[in-house]
Amino acid sequence: MYRYDEFDREFVAARVAQFRDQVARRISGELSEDNFKPLRLHNGVYLQLHAYMLRVAVPYGTLNSSQMRMLAHIARKYDRDYGHFTTRQNIQFNWPKLADIPNILEDLATVEMHAIQTSGNCIRNVTADHFAGAASDEVADPRPYAEILRQWSTIHPEFLHLPRKFKIAVIGSSNDRAAMQFHDIGLEVRKNDAGELGLRVFVGGGLGRTPMVGKLIRDWLPEEDMLSYCEAILRVYNLYGRRDNKYKARIKILVHETGLEELKKDIEAEFDRIRDSVLKLPEDDVEAIRAYFAPPDFATLPAEDSGLKQAKLDDRSFARWVDQNVSEHAQSGYGIVTVALKDTGEAPGDATSAQMDVLADLGQDYSHDELRVSHEQNVILPHVKLSDLPVVYQALTEAGMASPNAGLITDIIACPGLDYCALATARSIPVAQELSQRFADLDRQNEIGELKLKISGCINACGHHHVGHIGILGVDKRGEEMYQVTLGGSADEQAAVGEIVGRGFSSDEIGNAVETIVNTYLTKRLADDETFLDAYRRLGALPFKEALYPAKEAA
Amino acid sequence: MSNLKNPISITANNLLDGEAVWLGSNGHWVKSVDSARAFFTEEERKIAEHAAARADAENLVVEPYEIEVKMEEGAPVPLKFRERIRAQGPTIRLDLGKQADIQSQAAAA
Ligand code: SF4
Repeated sequence: MYRYDEFDREFVAARVAQFRDQVARRISGELSEDNFKPLRLHNGVYLQLHAYMLRVAVPYGTLNSSQMRMLAHIARKYDRDYGHFTTRQNIQFNWPKLADIPNILEDLATVEMHAIQTSGNCIRNVTADHFAGAASDEVADPRPYAEILRQWSTIHPEFLHLPRKFKIAVIGSSNDRAAMQFHDIGLEVRKNDAGELGLRVFVGGGLGRTPMVGKLIRDWLPEEDMLSYCEAILRVYNLYGRRDNKYKARIKILVHETGLEELKKDIEAEFDRIRDSVLKLPEDDVEAIRAYFAPPDFATLPAEDSGLKQAKLDDRSFARWVDQNVSEHAQSGYGIVTVALKDTGEAPGDATSAQMDVLADLGQDYSHDELRVSHEQNVILPHVKLSDLPVVYQALTEAGMASPNAGLITDIIACPGLDYCALATARSIPVAQELSQRFADLDRQNEIGELKLKISGCINACGHHHVGHIGILGVDKRGEEMYQVTLGGSADEQAAVGEIVGRGFSSDEIGNAVETIVNTYLTKRLADDETFLDAYRRLGALPFKEALYPAKEAA
Repeated sequence: MSNLKNPISITANNLLDGEAVWLGSNGHWVKSVDSARAFFTEEERKIAEHAAARADAENLVVEPYEIEVKMEEGAPVPLKFRERIRAQGPTIRLDLGKQADIQSQAAAA
């Protein structure tokens, strides 16, 4: 795995020292909040409803067990014994004291983590497929590219004051597990006929107030040109992106208002100008970074494990968990384990320090010291021997993390919402909890099949509601929480923004509304294997509308 | 002397731990909305704004702002749901936030 170089180490240490000084001056009254706020935001410190909140980046979602253990330590020592994994492959601590935050950052730096660029109008944490380096369908590991982008974008002086924040995602497979097309830049690693690696480039995707699917700007970009091309995009955006209106400042609006072809001319012109400059990636450098992400020392194993087979026969719960939460690994005899932080009635993405410690131990003992955080608010053990699955399952069960619901209706994404977030218009976690209880029956969940339910507590859409097969947006209507439902969104390779189905529902009604939608799907689907999304695409919104809003008898 | 549509209180977050606080009597910041002072008139509001600005300048609290309240049993109750959540804690974790302190105090009593 990639290790910090001297530059990173010194830079992060200097930043921690600098922030310690700034916090001290804030507390002594030397700095006013007006002066301090931009400084704290640069270090990932927000002020929420009940306390400060610290957002820590997990670059491209990859972490090792000592890093996970450190997150547990921070939750235990400085916070209220838990952390919240977010849709941005970050972790948030909800209760740190201001004076403790420099110490937290210092602790994080010992495991090469930090909170820099987790806020503000800069290039944010670069995200990637959480199955990177493990998935059987992968063309190449996307993380070396994400790491190169991370190095390039970290305190890039030209891009620290963009019109608005900027998010980049990289995937290495044609199956998009990272909502790549909903990022300002989305990159898909691919191979051409000559066997060379390159990238497909999307630009202008995003969620929030104005959701947009990213537009394909380059079907093929040689690997060596990745940074030059991204720099060209950022430069054109930095020049033309709107700074007069926060709601129109993202690159998606620029792409939309200018038109892709027009903007592409500028980007390509800038790219031509700089493509042979210092940003050209020398093959050796790419190889050196790739080496950090070299696959671990896998054992040579048969594709099937007889012990596993027997264990599945012996224990129906275990079998269910394996079938639902273990995905195919590129290496024979291994599996990718999705640890769903979605136990019935729990807040999606929350993990206690004890649970994080268990995850760290499991990562160390059974997954070649690797863990991942997914944008679906789950933790992944990417390299588990099939023969180790029973003991991993046992440990997860004891720690309350063995929900066999990955990809099912209760594998809900929900943002913190009005229980924590200063920007929220309604709560999201209680809705997630109610739905998770309502659909807790596993047979029913399996009958329903793949269904992505996503909830945001305001239009900023951190809960990705626009791309939920069923999306729920909490709004404030004259002081009451109301929930607007969208249907048919999708964050995968067939990216789509969901359509608003009709008037919103109160907090008392929203559970029944989802139930009605699900029941409508179950009665209308052509076969058991027609997924909710497929059925919706075939049927359109009408049958769901009719079921949700029956015409009044008299009308 | 014009009366306000609804009485108001002033709230902010504590500088050191970010905890929600309200302006009480005598310009002190209190940790429970029950002890917040309610202001009923334009004139009183000016006093409140002045006190808030001073606390901000003295770096006692962060970003003070005005909230509408209603009086119940002599104590102000925020009108907005958001402000009621700030006054209590996360609705999904009754063991956290002010509601937890109140509970543990009650248990200890
Ligand atoms: S979607 Fe809104 S409520 Fe939810 S975390 Fe983002 S900003 Fe807060």
